[in-house]
Amino acid sequence: MKTAALPLIALILAAPLAAQTASPAAPAAQPEGGLTGSVSDETPWQDLGIAIPTFPTNADVPTQASAGSTAALGKALAQVITADLKNNGLFKPTGPDALPQPSFGQVVAPDFGIWSGRGAEMLVHGYVRAAPGGNLTIGCYLYDVALRQQLVKGGWEVQPAEWRRAAHKCADLVYSRLSGESPFFDSKIAYIAETGPKDHRMKRLAIMDSDGANHRYITTGQSIALTPRYSPDYGSILYLSYFNGSPRIYVYDLDKGTQRLITQSKNPTFAPRWSPDGKWILYSMAAAGNTDIYRIPASGGGTPQRLTNTPGINIGGSYSPDGSKIVFESDRSGSQQVYVMDADGSNQKRITFFGGRAATPEWSPRGDQIAFTHIVGDLRIAVMSPSGGNLRYLTNSWQDEAPTWSPNGRIVQFFRTAKGSGQASIWQVDLTGRNERKLPTPVDASDPAWGPVRP
Amino acid sequence: MIRSALKPALQATTLLVASSLALAACSKKAPAELPPPPAPTTTTEAPPPATPQGPAPGSQADFAQQMMGKDTIYFDTDKFNVDADDQAALAQQAQWLAKYPAKKATIEGHADERGTREYNLALGERRANAAKNYLVSLGVDAGRLTTVSYGKERPVALGSDEASWAKNRRAVTVTID
Repeated sequence: MKTAALPLIALILAAPLAAQTASPAAPAAQPEGGLTGSVSDETPWQDLGIAIPTFPTNADVPTQASAGSTAALGKALAQVITADLKNNGLFKPTGPDALPQPSFGQVVAPDFGIWSGRGAEMLVHGYVRAAPGGNLTIGCYLYDVALRQQLVKGGWEVQPAEWRRAAHKCADLVYSRLSGESPFFDSKIAYIAETGPKDHRMKRLAIMDSDGANHRYITTGQSIALTPRYSPDYGSILYLSYFNGSPRIYVYDLDKGTQRLITQSKNPTFAPRWSPDGKWILYSMAAAGNTDIYRIPASGGGTPQRLTNTPGINIGGSYSPDGSKIVFESDRSGSQQVYVMDADGSNQKRITFFGGRAATPEWSPRGDQIAFTHIVGDLRIAVMSPSGGNLRYLTNSWQDEAPTWSPNGRIVQFFRTAKGSGQASIWQVDLTGRNERKLPTPVDASDPAWGPVRP
Repeated sequence: MIRSALKPALQATTLLVASSLALAACSKKAPAELPPPPAPTTTTEAPPPATPQGPAPGSQADFAQQMMGKDTIYFDTDKFNVDADDQAALAQQAQWLAKYPAKKATIEGHADERGTREYNLALGERRANAAKNYLVSLGVDAGRLTTVSYGKERPVALGSDEASWAKNRRAVTVTID
């Protein structure tokens, strides 16, 4: 049943493992002993020890993967999986450097005695083998060491250049099985790379994998780029650019390397957002000092529909996962506060009454929370319910802003600006607020925006 | 004090205009491949008027010199209203613009770093627009004035303190040579 997830991998041929190996292993059981529940609860999960030894190969052959031969790749895969599972703070994985390497046969028939002797509660095994046409087949198995049972397995055929995706898919499989949450490691992040002095920062559009690998700059830095948002299909990125001297929103086509304005208006446009189905673009446009929120079909053309119409600054906007509502920011009451409206602009209601200012609301892809920036002197990342209740701070620093969600709605990403230097960095925090970490980026970074889990 | 705070802003403007013109001449297509980072824009040569003695009358350099800091107006936190000091400064700007009726100008709106990025872009636009409206009320043709907001992306004072933030909440008039 768990392998039913595999056909979803469209670009990659699903390669169920049972068909590939003469496997003596029993079919995956569905034991009641698996761990379930929400990772946003207060239970300390970090004690769950997971052993992730090197993935053996049936034959060590050269590959075109950056990690090298199939044997070297087997170790690199285990390292990537270990880093994924460690970095979100939920588990205490031990990677291949500190573990004995299983034989190829043991992948489907683990020596449980070794692993229980090392105190591991969970065991991840996997293998690498060269597939026809230069591709790689990578298998992934999760075992409960105490139960001596296989909990879940998966297999993927990938092109050598995409080997890290198989590792992320395996980490996603383990994470989902153990946490009961949706996967998110196999996803990408668009952000703004920053270099140079504070009064003249160069800001470039850049992309990377969810763990910071496969980094790539999209724009040269000649024009300031800000506030990117990946399209739901990863085909394009909405962002703000000063390309012709004034700030306007463009759609950048990642395949063609071209971009177009979303509206031909000469007015400045800000704060682009996709609808969850990718069919609409929300943006904010200033006219005579006032800023209002508009939507326009993402296909290009079409007439912009104005959604707000009050004096002041109405900006941002984030769709509820079902696309029926939009949460946005407005200073119509005198200071920045968060409002909710129907997707056609009707029924506008303020939802934040905490004191201070509330800005940059982003609806969780699960629908249960809204992340935002709360400003009371310092800027902090907080979450609240969609009705504006249950304010909870996730961070406490001098200046944290612009939260966006992981595809599974369990991790919030934001950028932190250092007092004085103005240097910005991207951080992630889970919904307990206890597991906070800085994302590795080649240079300073801001405005992170996560795309969905890849198919 | 204000003057020293102002100078970098003017240079920044010239450079931005220069680089956007350069860009406009190039292909609109952004490169798909990882390009080498261009040299920091600070090294781009800003073309100063080649006048040996003082700036040419009617030039941006002349405007900057004549205004003696009054090419910039300042705002309170989150505010965009034009107060008495600002009105005096804008009146001087309007006089100069009246003297050179062919000149166009851009008003750059800015915010301090203590706000969210997107809101500050809109706030900078609102401030620039407030300055523009006042100039228009003094008789400057609206068609000669454009606005651009830099939000909090181009501070002129680099500290993270009240004094720096006060200098950064500004609208700067830059005439176009």
